[in-house]
Amino acid sequence: MAEAKMPLWEVFIRSRTGLAHRHVGSVHAPDAEMALQAARDTYTRRGEGLSIWVVPSAAITASDPADKGPLFEPTASKIYRHPSFYEIPEEVGHM
Amino acid sequence: MTTIRVEETPHLAYVLRLADSALVLSHRLSEWCGHAPMLEEDLALTNIALDLLGQARLLYEHAATLEGKGRSEDDFAYLRDAPQFRNLLICELPRGDFAFTIVRQTFFSAFFHPFWQLARSSTDRTLAGIAEKAEKEVAYHLRHAGAWLVRLGDGTEESRRRTLEAVDALWPYTGEFFEVDEVGETMIEAGIAPDPASLRPSFEDTLERLFAEADLPRPALTWMQTGGLRGVHTEHLGHMLAVMQHLPRAYPGALW
Repeated sequence: MAEAKMPLWEVFIRSRTGLAHRHVGSVHAPDAEMALQAARDTYTRRGEGLSIWVVPSAAITASDPADKGPLFEPTASKIYRHPSFYEIPEEVGHM
Repeated sequence: MTTIRVEETPHLAYVLRLADSALVLSHRLSEWCGHAPMLEEDLALTNIALDLLGQARLLYEHAATLEGKGRSEDDFAYLRDAPQFRNLLICELPRGDFAFTIVRQTFFSAFFHPFWQLARSSTDRTLAGIAEKAEKEVAYHLRHAGAWLVRLGDGTEESRRRTLEAVDALWPYTGEFFEVDEVGETMIEAGIAPDPASLRPSFEDTLERLFAEADLPRPALTWMQTGGLRGVHTEHLGHMLAVMQHLPRAYPGALW
């Protein structure tokens, strides 16, 4: 299968219970319309979906795993960003 | 286990025709399982096969009730020989290449989508209920097969050549969709069956649109095949049934 004729598409499904589309996997298809059908046949066989998005995999820009230090480690020391950092005064009661 | 004999009233014969067509085409599609050109299409074709199998099961169940002899869907599927099958000939032809399968599914769905739409108002309420479910399924089959037809017809030189060959081979089998014999007349008069003549404009429109988009010439008028409804089949059905039926005949009542 020539990759140029059957490019890869990322599939996102919004389930019955979910509010947002979630990434579920990928399919090969010649174009967007066929990618939607392939996604329907591959990923909604057990009544999972209410809505499908397909996106050309080539259109996704991904972060470089080697960058994980500069990208993600600086947040580790900012514990005040978590709600559990704060003590809630007695008078407030249950929030 | 011996072959069963079915006393076919017009109503029972009519339901068996629909059931047999759905079952036989379902089996032909299921032969793609593990052999389709790509995994996605493997799933798509077997999905369609399972939809048709579901329709066949409901129709056989209905046939069993109409017959009233306590038979099951399996008895009808597994214990009749080829001359007792009432399916359209187009359903039993070997699966061929991918283009052949797509062209057959396009023709079949282009007829059966409007058929089930009209059958929703059948005076046979069970049939109307089955139509309600089948109509949605076949709408998707038509969309899927039609989308491939356009891409194969207007695709590479090879895909176009294969599609044209499939159209030539299959078009003579489309006449049976519109055949009305005594059984059909009785069913149309009773308001049980849609009149196939009333489905022709919709069938033609669908093909007109798809063939134009696929840049394919419309098939010319030709001599049409006939026989399936009377049990006069191609040599292929017997071989298919041998594969499909051998297990329940060799081990009667076998369960998973």
